[in-house]
Amino acid sequence: MSKKRTINDFDIDFMGKSKLAAMLSASALVVCLLSILFRGFDLGLDFTGGTVIELGYQTPAELSEIRSALEQEGLEAATIQYFGSRTDILIRLAPQEGEEDSAQLSDRVFRTLNQAAEGKVELRRVEFVGPQVGEELREKGGLAVLFSLIGILIYVALRFEWRFAVGAVIALIHDVIFTVGMFSIFQIPFDLTVLAAVLAVIGYSLNDTIVIFDRIRENFRRMRKGTVIGITNTSINQTLSRTIVTSGTTLLVLFALYFLGGEAISGFSLALIIGIFVGTYSTIYVATAVVIWLGLSRSDLTPVKKEGAELDAMP
Amino acid sequence: MNRYPLWKNLMILGVLLAGLLLAWPNLYSQDPSIEITAARGAEITDSSKGEIQAALENADVPFKGIEPREGNKLLVRFATPGNQLKGQEAIEQTLAERYRTALTQVADLPGWMRAMGLNQMSLGLDLRGGIHVVIDVDMEAALDQALERYIGDIRTQLREQKVRYLTVTRDGGSIEIKFKDAETRDAGEKAIRREFRNLDIKSTEEGADFVLSASLPEVEQQEIKNFALEQNITTLRNRVNALGVAEPSIARQGERRIVVELPGAQDPGRLKEILGATATLEYRLVDTENSVADAVSGRVPVGSKLYYERNGTPILLKRRVIVTGDQITDASAGFDSQSGTPAVFVNLDGQGARRMRNVTTENVGKPMAVVFIENRTTTKMVDGEPVKTTRKVEEVVSVATIREPFGRRFQTTGLDSSDEAHNTALLLRSGALAAPIQIVEERTIGPSLGQDNIDQGFMSVIIGLALVIVFMALYYRMFGLVADLVLVVNLVMIIAVLSMLQATLTLPGIAGIVLTVGMAVDANVLIFERIREEVRNGNSPQASIHAGYDKALSTIVDANVTTLIAAVVLFSFGTGPVKGFAVTLFIGIVTSMFTAILGSRALINLIYGGRRLNKLAL
Repeated sequence: MSKKRTINDFDIDFMGKSKLAAMLSASALVVCLLSILFRGFDLGLDFTGGTVIELGYQTPAELSEIRSALEQEGLEAATIQYFGSRTDILIRLAPQEGEEDSAQLSDRVFRTLNQAAEGKVELRRVEFVGPQVGEELREKGGLAVLFSLIGILIYVALRFEWRFAVGAVIALIHDVIFTVGMFSIFQIPFDLTVLAAVLAVIGYSLNDTIVIFDRIRENFRRMRKGTVIGITNTSINQTLSRTIVTSGTTLLVLFALYFLGGEAISGFSLALIIGIFVGTYSTIYVATAVVIWLGLSRSDLTPVKKEGAELDAMP
Repeated sequence: MNRYPLWKNLMILGVLLAGLLLAWPNLYSQDPSIEITAARGAEITDSSKGEIQAALENADVPFKGIEPREGNKLLVRFATPGNQLKGQEAIEQTLAERYRTALTQVADLPGWMRAMGLNQMSLGLDLRGGIHVVIDVDMEAALDQALERYIGDIRTQLREQKVRYLTVTRDGGSIEIKFKDAETRDAGEKAIRREFRNLDIKSTEEGADFVLSASLPEVEQQEIKNFALEQNITTLRNRVNALGVAEPSIARQGERRIVVELPGAQDPGRLKEILGATATLEYRLVDTENSVADAVSGRVPVGSKLYYERNGTPILLKRRVIVTGDQITDASAGFDSQSGTPAVFVNLDGQGARRMRNVTTENVGKPMAVVFIENRTTTKMVDGEPVKTTRKVEEVVSVATIREPFGRRFQTTGLDSSDEAHNTALLLRSGALAAPIQIVEERTIGPSLGQDNIDQGFMSVIIGLALVIVFMALYYRMFGLVADLVLVVNLVMIIAVLSMLQATLTLPGIAGIVLTVGMAVDANVLIFERIREEVRNGNSPQASIHAGYDKALSTIVDANVTTLIAAVVLFSFGTGPVKGFAVTLFIGIVTSMFTAILGSRALINLIYGGRRLNKLAL
């Protein structure tokens, strides 16, 4: 075996620093929650309703000219900005009173600007979401997070034990609040794809948690000596190289997506990148720590089953 | 040790081959094509192919072939987009009355592939460009309209039955009919019950008034809503078909929404105009006093207008309209109870019925015509650029003799076949929207952005995949190469399943694939780390491989099942982009479990199985 090329035989006292980590987590969560409460989100069109128009100009366009062309027609854009390059323009319009009117709004904007630029504007994208639909999407998004958490809670409780289920779900809530909190603190636009990413983070972080839980369960059944904390530390160390490799490869792909995937999914990949970091951390310091604090003992994991029968003979 | 039985190897090979076969069509390019559907009243017959072929040959437009397509359509393939546009012009110039054309792209698959039903993945609107519109149907207005209709109809019915009533008014969700004494009320109740069996009728007394209160039962309300939604879908479908867009999709979403998807369409303004357009059907009397020939030669008499029937026969109609399409509440096809010939049964609302009765009473024995009016779009080449124009088309779809006066409900006989009766009923029904509509969501992606999205999406998949492949090969050596191969196979399998299910691949869907690439590696990482551990614990290489796969299995299954739960929840709650992501995530997890566990094991077994080993390249 070529030892120098592999990461193994770690012996890090992870659980010894769990108090410090708990304080760190708690303060980070407080900051995130405060930001979510008081600063809120830069909610995307999907949730607020309104209109977004993306236009492609043949030559670099001046934002001020676009604004004045629109104002002459009595159209008031909420924001006009460059999108990726100086020839690509993104215009946002707030939701209008009458829905009939706002569905036609994008056509008026396009016609106006196309005339102003002598027909050299290309309509790249129009997204219009009525206020009512926006509200429905908000509601459904919240429900999706809630139901996936419940589904996972049940599955983990069945496959492992209730303490593990609680630990896993607290870690997931931690990850969701942290990821979403970052979007609030830095006011990164939050749209439907980001919501999908948050749900993917739940899946990923859980994946990580299950791997360590699985090892803890196995070690409890196999190692007769050792304290709860000792065995937990061993388990985390044993799976550490896997944790690093998997997070690493997933991050490789996500960075490719973030830098090359285009503006439309940059929010999505950013949410996942944040989620992978926090998910890996929370597996160790939230999920596992919670399980220990809830008072996990050896007997909880050594039920009288066929596979561990001979080990269970000794209490 | 570490050998798979033959059947297992064969099964894995079988799945792999099936995957390659299903994914294969995606390597073929697409032909610029024209999809041809029958225009209103016309049909695609055996001779259609010959007609179109002749039209193209006359105009000297080269084409690759004409073939029948699902849903009674024809497809003409061309080698270049230029020929495609010329071909469309040629067909529209000579055959516009009978056929509709729509530009589309169709995969140039060999015949045996098509015969096997193999197909390419379908790309979402965000990748190919197009218009996605969600329409809300105003159900409250539909119920309101129904109640208003009943009020009018009840008044007419009472008057016809000579029952004197004081007032017929609306009271919230029900209709209140007041009478001056109990006898007239009872007579009124009898008359109303006979004519309107689906109303709930209660009789009460309010002070000095004798009141009947009629309301719509829940079942009836549901039916009205369903009818409004279904009819709007039919109407919208007809209108969309007239737009000349291939593969339009019009689907119901929940209780009151309709989703219209038009791939490749580029003018959302015009689309919204046409979708929202209103009634286009009229009943007129035929002018039998003046000569049609005179009218054709330019001398149209005052008070009349020259129309053409579908077969091109000119016909003179009175200018005065009897009823319009929005006064038709229902139409169905059936057979005349006396003669047994095909017939169309039409229901009118109160106002329409009154006018119809007055006109028909005065004109027994004379012919009456149904005029269909629509906006039809044609493409013409102007200075090498295709320009679409919309023109109003008015044509007479049916002429029948008035045999006796009629009103609210009547039938039109004299149709050639029951097919024609069905068509006419459909035309009558689809003329008008049953309830007002509102566009509540619109997503339009221009073709260049769609192409950008494809390029960026595939670029990031390729780069991400390449990075992972290099890392794995360096870090796990021979085992890493096995994992890499398995990863590529997994990608092929995802494409195969997407092609097989004809699930739509969207940009978030590509993100889902990228994510499964990252996560599919995890299964192999878990196994390889486990094998390393076993080797470190002093086990023999063969035993380590065996134990590694064995012990990692439950972890892999647990981890993947939980992610599957998230994918399923995403799918059931998600709309649009979220759903696209959930589909590929789900497919990716399932295929990666197969490839990463069974596939990689089979390869490792082939490489190392049954041999004496001193060390592993791990």
